[in-house]
This record gives sequence, structure tokens and C-alpha cells, in this order.
Amino acid sequence: MKLQTWFTVLFIITSLSIVGPARADKTLLNVSYDPTREFFQEFNVAFSKYWSANGGEKITIQQSHGGSGKQARSVIDGLAADVVTLALAGDIDAIAEHGKLLPENWQTRLPKNSSPYTSTIVFLVRKGNPKGIKDWHDLANGCVAVITPNPKTSGGARWNYLAAWEFGKHYFGETRVQEFVSDIYKNVPVLDSGARGSTTTFVERGIGDVLIAWENEAYLALKEYGNDKFEIIVPSVSVLAEPPVAIIDKVVDKKGTRVIAEAYLNYLYSEEAQHIAAKHYFRPSDETIAAQYAQQFTKVKLFKISDTFGNWKNIHQIHFSDGGIFDQIYLK
Amino acid sequence: MDMASITASSSHSPSRTRITQEPRWVRYTLITIALTFLALFLFVPLISVFYEALKKGVAVYIAAISDPDALAAIKLTLTATAIAVPLNLIFGVAAAWAITKFEFKGKNVLITLIDLPFSVSPVIAGLIFVLVFGMQGWLGPWLAEHDIRIIFAVPGIVLATLFITVPFIARELIPLMQAQGTEEELAAVTLGANGWQLFWRVTLPNIKWGLLYGVILCNARAMGEFGAVSVVSGHIRGSTNTLPLHVEILYNEYNFAAAFAVASLLALLALITLAIKTGIESKVSQQKGPNHEH
Repeated sequence: MKLQTWFTVLFIITSLSIVGPARADKTLLNVSYDPTREFFQEFNVAFSKYWSANGGEKITIQQSHGGSGKQARSVIDGLAADVVTLALAGDIDAIAEHGKLLPENWQTRLPKNSSPYTSTIVFLVRKGNPKGIKDWHDLANGCVAVITPNPKTSGGARWNYLAAWEFGKHYFGETRVQEFVSDIYKNVPVLDSGARGSTTTFVERGIGDVLIAWENEAYLALKEYGNDKFEIIVPSVSVLAEPPVAIIDKVVDKKGTRVIAEAYLNYLYSEEAQHIAAKHYFRPSDETIAAQYAQQFTKVKLFKISDTFGNWKNIHQIHFSDGGIFDQIYLK
Repeated sequence: MDMASITASSSHSPSRTRITQEPRWVRYTLITIALTFLALFLFVPLISVFYEALKKGVAVYIAAISDPDALAAIKLTLTATAIAVPLNLIFGVAAAWAITKFEFKGKNVLITLIDLPFSVSPVIAGLIFVLVFGMQGWLGPWLAEHDIRIIFAVPGIVLATLFITVPFIARELIPLMQAQGTEEELAAVTLGANGWQLFWRVTLPNIKWGLLYGVILCNARAMGEFGAVSVVSGHIRGSTNTLPLHVEILYNEYNFAAAFAVASLLALLALITLAIKTGIESKVSQQKGPNHEH
């Protein structure tokens, strides 16, 4: 008898607790890559203010962060992102190609290749640079442990890989470049799935001598841990990383959020947003604002992916597809 | 009466107890090893979680826990657990009953299937749901047409939790019910009990401790599950983040005090579960005592 009442009580509690969350106001889901967490936290507040000041309805902006490739995969699998703000165009291309959720020409819809801010790849080393790392070729040295994420899942990791490749092409010549990049990856003890995971591995767990990192991620680590623990080394040449943004047409049309999603992305180009981006160590795409922050960013020779490697589809096919060059050098 | 007979027999044969007793140094070494192990791998980490959580003060701790995203994570974890545990309770009892009290074809297949979530990696378990309910999966396009969200939403998280915790209760009950056999049930049926009476009056009182233990294990796993849930979550803050996922996010954002605060909450939930278990145990044994005397 007693037991029976126990179970009845249990079931009543259970059925009461299953009450679906009801949200009245509009929500916007921004699916982004790893190192933009702090930037979007601040930007979302700024945009909400701007939007309600201009007579827009109350909105809740939701964030999801992870390795860029992994996030793209989730959107293809049905994660209902209104906008994606990923690490590289190739990942949004993949959403267009495999998910058919936005047109193939998405990158022409917003200014500056749909990249409101840019960045580059630098090295983060331990204070005093004990291994004397100065440039890309030092990373191939057998006694250096290199931390970089997995190019299969992380956008930043692909920029890392391509920057190393481009350096090797000029330094060692076309014939030896694959060997050079392979030598670097031989020095990688752990491949995390996203850039933030690699940063944590390097700064928090103390593994490795050098972290190949997004410029903004490296500065953030300096800010969080202090200049007395780490220092930034800028290589002789690096890549102009253009993290693009796009609306996911199929989702916004279904949810009826197209207007607000467009306003959200356009606001990334506004003066306020460009300042917020610079504050979080992204390079503003607006030239006049970029000039104000010129001292903050080291001058480095930057090459563009489109000038050297062509389009992302080819890059993916040659380097990162199953059995591609990355598989060959890493599985070897 | 049982107790009395045991003490009587042991006092009658002191030589036998000495033979079965190990030398003093062996006993102390074993005790030291066990205690050191417990201290190193249970107490120190547990204490360090609470220490790190409170290092920056109570205000930071409270702020971390009352953050809207943290509250949403708590709610989601409790919701998923509140659905998964009762469903597995029903399934576990039904499956254990069927397996131990009846003979039927395909019994071995059923036993194997119950064990499946134990042997499959949680990540694979999550991917199974992505492959079935994802946009590129079997049911995804149809679900999208009808505006039903399974993965990257609460139902997916509940499903993943359910899948992972299926074996806990059934696995706890099957050996117990097998050992008990069917004699008591047969006696009850002979005395004219119907199926429902049989279950509530005979079977359930016999298995309740095993059942309770299974529920507690199931509950702990449901609240703590990371891998499978991580795959189907989509990691939307304030919406599809469970407590363990929220801990990871905070940790990745250099927000260590908050990460440990939320982690301490999970630890606290586990301790509360333990306390409830102990509480019920003593209460029921108190009731049971006088009943047996009468």
C-alpha cells in the first residue's frame, strides 16, 4: 500500500515537471565558431539595444559555439541557425552544397566577401620563448611540440595549415612543401576539435611549446593570463583569414526572421560593431576604424587564399577530404 | 534469531576465525590502500570542486548559478532526468519481469538489446539519433516539413538520455529476480491473487531495494551524461545546454570559478540523491521492523 502511494507521488511530480518552455518573444540563433564567444556576447547586447531603439520587437539572441566545421555539420543536420558566423567560407559553402539551405552565391550578398572583420594566424609561445621560435620553419624542428586543432573539424586549424603550406612553398619549394607540413604535424601531440580546445590545452594544461592560434585568440589568452606567462610571435608571412557571415535562407523564411537576421548581419559592419570587434582583437574591415587600431596589430605580410589556393571547394578536395593530403600526412 | 545463531557459532569455534583472519599487517595494508585510494580519487577531487567554486567568494558563486543560462541548464537537466528515469523505471520492471518470470522466444535477444547502451560508445549513441532524425537522415525531411524538432532541441536530449540509461534498472533487477525465483508468485496465484495484486503485494515488495538502487544509478547517469547529449544538443545557450555541457562552455570561456560553481551543483545533486536514498532506506526499515514483530 505504502509503496503504491510512493509511486503515485513520483508520477505526479514527473508529469508536472514536463512542461514545455514557452517563449513569447522572437529568438534569433547565431551559430558561430570558437573564438567569437566574447565578441558576440558584447555585440548581441549592442544589437538588441540598437534594434529596440529603432522600434524593433524584443528579441532573444541565442549563441552556439564550437569548431567551425563541426558547427557547419550541425546546421546541415538540422540545427536551425538563422545566421551562421563561421571561420571560413568553405564551411558555409558546405552548408549551401550539402544542406541546400542558402544559395551558392551567398558570399556576394554582403560587403567585403561577407567578412565584417578579418584576422590572421600567429604563434603563442611560453614567456621568454625558450625554444627560440621565430618563423614557420622552426615548427618543423623535431624538438618542438606544436599545438593546433584538427583541420577536419576546426576552421582556424585550416587557416593554420594553409598558412604553413604557403610559407613552405616559398621557403622550401613546391616539391618539399608536403614534407615540411608533414614534419610540423609530426610534432603535434594532440589535435583538439576546435580552436578554443587547443588554447585550453596549451595555456591551461601546459602542453606544447607553441600554439598556432588565431590572432584574437592569442591576444585573449594574454589578457586572461597576463603578459608574464606567454608572448606572441608573429611569423614572416601569414594568411588573411576572412571569417564570413551569412543568413540561412531556408530557416529565416520558415521562422519569419529574415528582416531581423539581415539587420543583425548588417549591423556587424556598423561603426559600433567595428569598434567592438577591434576591442576583441579582430581586425575591423572598415579602413578608417582599422587605422585607429593600427598599433594594436603587428604588421605582417598577409596573403589571400583566393590568390594562392583558389576556391575552398578545391582546397577541401585536395587537402582535407577523406584520403586527402592531410589524411596522408597525419595517418602516416 | 539469525544474528544470535551466527554469534553463537563464531564464539564456539575461535580457532576457525583465526585461520580465516589475515595477519595484522595485511589487514592494515589493505585498509590503508583502500582509504588512500578513496581519499585521492574521491574526496580530494570532490573537495577541490567546492574549493575552486567558492575561491572567488560566495557572491561569484551565486551569480554563476543564478545566471539565466545556468538556470536554463538546470531546468533542462532536471526535465530530461524527470522524463528518462520514470520511463526507464516502467521499462526496466517490465523487461525484468518478462525475462525472469516467463519463458519466451527471443529472450536472449532482449537481454542483449538491453545491454546495448552499455557497450556502445555514448558518442555513437548520439550519432544514431543524428542519422535518424537529422536533416540528412531518414526522418529529418519529413519532420522538418511538419515543423517537429527532435535533435538540436529538448526531445533529442531526452531521447539520448533515455537511450543511455536504459540498462540501469533492468540490469539491477534481473539477477535479483532470477535469484528469488517464482515460488512466492506461484503461491500467491494458488491463493487466488490476480496479476495486479501479485505485482503490488508480492513482486514489488521483494524487489524494491534493487529497484531503488537502479533508479538512483539511472538518475545519476541521466543528470551527468555528456557524450551522447553533446552530439545531439547543438550547444544553444539557454536552450539546449544541459548542466555538464554548461560546465564545459564556462571552462572554455576562462570562467573557471563559474565552471566549478556549476560543477559543484552537479556534485550536490549527486549528494542529495545519495541522501534521499539513505533517508528512504532507514524509513522503510523502521516501518518494516515493527510490522514483522506483529
